[in-house]
Amino acid sequence: MATTPEALVAALQAALGDAPQRVTVALGEVTAVIAPDRLIDAMRILRDRPELNFATLIDASGVDYLAYGNGSYEGPRYAVVYHLLSLANNCRLRVRTFAADDEFPVVPSVIEVWPGANWYERETFDLYGIMFPGHPDLRRILTDYGFIGHPFRKDFPLSGHVEVRYDPEQSRVIYQPVTIEPREVTPRIIREETYAGAEGSRKA
Amino acid sequence: MAAIRNYTMNFGPQHPAAHGVLRLVLELDGEIIERADPHIGLLHRATEKLAEHKTYLQALPYMDRLDYVSMMCNEHAYCMAIERLLGLEVPIRAQYIRVMFDEITRVLNHLLWLGTHSLDVGGMTTFLYCFREREDLMDVYEAVSGARMHAAYYRPGGVYRDLPDRMPRYEAQHTRNAKAMTAMNEHRQGSLLDFIDAFTQRFPGCVDDYETLLTENRIWKQRTVGIGVVTPERAAALGFTGPMLRGSGVPWDLRRKQPYEVYDRMEFDIPLGTNGDCYDRYLVRVEEMRQSNRIIKQCVAWLRQNAGPVITANHKVAPPSREEMKTNMEELIHHFKLFTEGMHVPPGEAYAAVEHPKGEFGVYIVSDGANKPYRLKLRAPGFAHLAALDEMSRGHMIADVVAIIGTQDIVFGEIDR
Repeated sequence: MATTPEALVAALQAALGDAPQRVTVALGEVTAVIAPDRLIDAMRILRDRPELNFATLIDASGVDYLAYGNGSYEGPRYAVVYHLLSLANNCRLRVRTFAADDEFPVVPSVIEVWPGANWYERETFDLYGIMFPGHPDLRRILTDYGFIGHPFRKDFPLSGHVEVRYDPEQSRVIYQPVTIEPREVTPRIIREETYAGAEGSRKA
Repeated sequence: MAAIRNYTMNFGPQHPAAHGVLRLVLELDGEIIERADPHIGLLHRATEKLAEHKTYLQALPYMDRLDYVSMMCNEHAYCMAIERLLGLEVPIRAQYIRVMFDEITRVLNHLLWLGTHSLDVGGMTTFLYCFREREDLMDVYEAVSGARMHAAYYRPGGVYRDLPDRMPRYEAQHTRNAKAMTAMNEHRQGSLLDFIDAFTQRFPGCVDDYETLLTENRIWKQRTVGIGVVTPERAAALGFTGPMLRGSGVPWDLRRKQPYEVYDRMEFDIPLGTNGDCYDRYLVRVEEMRQSNRIIKQCVAWLRQNAGPVITANHKVAPPSREEMKTNMEELIHHFKLFTEGMHVPPGEAYAAVEHPKGEFGVYIVSDGANKPYRLKLRAPGFAHLAALDEMSRGHMIADVVAIIGTQDIVFGEIDR
């Protein structure tokens, strides 16, 4: 039988004590915010306790909150979000951890808890530049060999910095600064709460 | 004495068994794999970043291009995540249509997997048979959406439009005589549902044909039995989902365990493997095709009986009908705002997962209330599977790596995103 969100929250609080800074339930999904220095111990408890038993790490991804809410967001810039799945109890949990330092974001690696975290952490490092101490092989994974920068950061332009083309004079493929202009087809808009019956768009 | 050194070999990215653009650096001791290091990202298009710069609707066609052999399932997870954030109800007929097309997509995917997997290990015939049946299902895609692959048919709140009343027919060509044309159009005289129904009647026989070619085939068994064995505990720890997990004997299927749409009303069985090797995963997927066929039949029967809307009436999310738009000022404004500015999704975050043919395909959306996703993360099943390639192929021979890549059902559109 599936564990309900409320039961999961109670089990989390019993098992983890004060490790989570915040546990919330929204849209039927449970989110726990855990500080990086307590992450590994908490994750191990989440995996091993039979009433939790999150044996599978479904996903780990970075989030860059730099431009959240058009800049109204205050707080640490980078977060790593883990989605855990318990096959035995049939429930999911989202764990978010904020990296303390915006200039050099560091989050400990959970690879010793779940070996499947390997590539997810490599991807997060590649795209967001978040460092994972404890990871044995933190190489870039998705971007090109010799790529510079972390492309999913919000201050990295969509069109990038360099482009490649074949140069007939040098008879080889060369890198050069991008020649296309960044353009926005549809502007990004956040409507105020009272706009044209905005509350009507979410039917409880 | 000269030191014995391991040999390092590049497998791909231009190798037909690499299923696209996998570059595999193999460290070999003779012909035995010591280490396999997949280099991925050669098809990286930054779909997630692109989606952050597009409205929710504009980003939807990118989903087709992730796993480009199971297009509609990707759209499904994306639409479900948006619907969860909006708190939106999908009309019941749309739910049945979605379930039917999810299963058609599963059959499409498994047919391509079966064809290419057997081709990789030396069986040409199955490949040709599988593509014959794929052709019919592609026609179904085309009839309903206008595109054979990249359908963009699922929309937040439902599906784009109802099923057509008339299945398109082949037209006379100078290369075919009248008798051949009649045969080709035999099942195309009625509606789309008639065509799908006829397909479900003959498809179990087609699966029997594939099985006679492979299941008891000595060479096939020699190439797959005992290859790439994964224990259930290890499969869970490595993040395996779908047939890769069920092949190891873990009874986990989101359609049953966390049912979405109308899967809780469907009758179907979940096949399980026992040994966790390539052969068991083959058996699981073949049986899944038969079960998908059962589900399609149930959906066809229901859809024949029950008419109704196929997309939500909330015009903040879905466009009004053409007629309403032309006659009603309010609807005209809705139409204009929806297609110039897009829908606004309330702030929050949601993770929606579907039982994709390859495993759990999840979409994680962080919204800050804008008309575009703030962060979109796509959880591709193949990414976790390929990450375990090193572990699965250690101690095997080079030729077995081909079988293991085949059994993982790798598609680079979703892995590289």
